[in-house]
Amino acid sequence: MHARLNSFFTGIIVPVVFVAIWEACARAGFFSAVILPAPSAVAVKWWAYLCPAAPWDPAQQSWLAWLFSGEMIDDAIGSLYRVVAGFLVGAVLALPLGLLMGASKRIYALMNPMMQVLRPIPPIAYIPLAILWFGLGNPPSVFLIAIGAFFPILMNTIAGVRHVDGIYLRAARNLGVNQWTLFTRIMLPAATPYILAGVRIGIGTAFIVVIVSEMIAVNNGLGFRILEAREFMWSDKIIAGMITIGLLGLALDTAVSALNNHLLRWHRGLEQ
Amino acid sequence: MSQIVVKDVQKVFPTSDREVVALKDINLEIAKGEFVCLLGPSGCGKSTLLNAVAGFSLPTGGVITVDGKPVTAPGPERGMVFQEYALFPWMTVAKNIAFAMEVQGKGRAEIAGRVDQLLEVLKLKDFRERFPKDLSGGMRQRVAIARVLAMDSPIMLMDEPFGALDALTRRNLQDELLRIWKEFGKTVLFVTHSIEESLYLADRIIVMTYRPGTIKRDQLVSLPRPRDPSSPEFNELKRELGLLVMEEQQRHADEELKVAAVD
Repeated sequence: MHARLNSFFTGIIVPVVFVAIWEACARAGFFSAVILPAPSAVAVKWWAYLCPAAPWDPAQQSWLAWLFSGEMIDDAIGSLYRVVAGFLVGAVLALPLGLLMGASKRIYALMNPMMQVLRPIPPIAYIPLAILWFGLGNPPSVFLIAIGAFFPILMNTIAGVRHVDGIYLRAARNLGVNQWTLFTRIMLPAATPYILAGVRIGIGTAFIVVIVSEMIAVNNGLGFRILEAREFMWSDKIIAGMITIGLLGLALDTAVSALNNHLLRWHRGLEQ
Repeated sequence: MSQIVVKDVQKVFPTSDREVVALKDINLEIAKGEFVCLLGPSGCGKSTLLNAVAGFSLPTGGVITVDGKPVTAPGPERGMVFQEYALFPWMTVAKNIAFAMEVQGKGRAEIAGRVDQLLEVLKLKDFRERFPKDLSGGMRQRVAIARVLAMDSPIMLMDEPFGALDALTRRNLQDELLRIWKEFGKTVLFVTHSIEESLYLADRIIVMTYRPGTIKRDQLVSLPRPRDPSSPEFNELKRELGLLVMEEQQRHADEELKVAAVD
């Protein structure tokens, strides 16, 4: 406990000094508040962004609904929804294809050249087509995120299946398993460390793409909000939005990491 | 009648510059319930022969039959215990043992009962819900043996199963294996390079030669069990087999020097 407290205080020194210098410079008037507002101003804005706009009216809504009626909550839920939807679409396509490409040389030979050509195209480059095909709103955004999540999961799934230790396959064949059981109960679990590493990269990409996609096609979400704030030169709100993006990204990665640890609790690499 | 019949078996591995004859003219009959050790230095083809019986790597000549049927693929009637344990690390101990029975489509209640029994037999009760990474080498090998027993294979093939274990754990598991062998009436084909281990365990020891792998000696061991490794009879046999094995070990060493010189 003492050691953890200690490392917490060690970790907080640099941010505190950084913010203090920033605040001091802003107050001394070294730069205009439009270019770079003071951290205290950002904090006030962040709080206002988080809090519900209207006072609570028990006749109108429940207490809980009111608590979550703030603009930031709405934006965060919007962004999270797109990330999850897009990620699921990408993962549902990438996982079976990756398993097949990893397990069968023929399917790999068929699919790999096209995948290698498509893979380096950044999802952002699909923006014009996404709007053309899906119009405005959530669909183009989900499409772009799905592309962003698809390739890391695909590549890692292929690698995972290929790296399954031959001894497990021999043991399984000796136990008399059929092809399907070999696939679902041996190769798939043996490949999970790789697949989950791909999932984590995929979530990261999805999160980058969601912010960009919200700048073009929708009218809520954290990406939309900071672009909107730019129109009004609300630098404090831009930074408040950026901080929220960072916090949400951190929360997402922590959740995926916790899932990893649970699913891989059998894995040697996690031994303490 | 012999349960395992190996007839005129050959195994040739093609390598880039020459062919390696791993097995040559192997003829062997093993009766049901017999405990047979394949003994020899590394490279003598004893694991190759075991893998051929298991069906992992079929011979290039001759035929192997089990209960009259030729071996063409691995099968659950020939359970294999590997030196590297080969437990499925994502399954708990209980799941690893249950897996073969699930594959065979046995009922839930039957599987649960059998798993309980095997955990008891192999003294694994306290490790039921552990993952293999949390077990010692000896414990892992117990689970691997339980897994093969769960399949109910009449034949157990063992590829240097205790090779990676320390001496005390090793003796402990050897005793355990003999107890299981007697209790369940299995036929055991056991690969080892330890003369003492083969003498401690086997009814019959097949000493193999270094390349090409042939049978050098088919030695019956009639010492009563439990055997005492410090008894004069044990040591006399040990000395005799030791000379045979050392001859082959010497050929192995000479060969390696020759290859090194060419390189």
